[in-house]
Amino acid sequence: MAVPKRRMSRSNTRSRRSNWKAAAPALVDCPQCHSPKLAHVACPTCGTYRRRQVIEPA
Amino acid sequence: MPTPTRGQRLGGSPAHQRHILANLATALFQHGRIITTEAKARRLRPVAERLITFAKRGDLHARRHVLTVVTDKGVVHRLFTEIAPEFSERDGGYTRITKIGPRKGDNAAMAVIELVRGEPATARPRRRARRAETAAPAPAAATAATGTEQPWQETAGAAEAPAADEPDEADDAGTADADEDA
Repeated sequence: MAVPKRRMSRSNTRSRRSNWKAAAPALVDCPQCHSPKLAHVACPTCGTYRRRQVIEPA
Repeated sequence: MPTPTRGQRLGGSPAHQRHILANLATALFQHGRIITTEAKARRLRPVAERLITFAKRGDLHARRHVLTVVTDKGVVHRLFTEIAPEFSERDGGYTRITKIGPRKGDNAAMAVIELVRGEPATARPRRRARRAETAAPAPAAATAATGTEQPWQETAGAAEAPAADEPDEADDAGTADADEDA
């Protein structure tokens, strides 16, 4: 079985992990309640999509 | 006829996918609207719409075709007697899919798929037709205003006129597309 020859330094580990980043989703304003929501998705705050009630708001 | 799906089946095997889609279609006709993952909703749509088309035909042969998918006779009866007449005016596009964002737990994209009910089935004229309508009066006006100009200038003026309407048009088109999607 292939195994690492050397222990990876803390520095190398950390510099690799420094690239694990989360990107903020691009949000748009809900036309109904003006809260931020994902585009092309029903608003989770008021439950509407294109001013049509789709789901009960959470 | 829906395009055959490519790639992986839902649930892993063709038989499992048939069962999943049959159960989803049954639930959809039973309840009118169901919440499921977006992938399943997208696969379900052509299946459900074809069943509704069979139901609109309404004869025994069509009913037997539907019964091969939806095995619940009560649901099939409801489909033929209640749902199909509602869609008598509508040529396709019987279901609407609305995305409702990722699910907690596995972050799966969720969607509501529902039967489009209680809405007039008036088809908007195609975008090209509407554009021609708005564009037709504009060149005439441009010609009248710039009678002494060269023909190529007139065509430039005509090209500008529809461009001014563009944002409005785009909005309208977006609405129409979404309705068709649904």
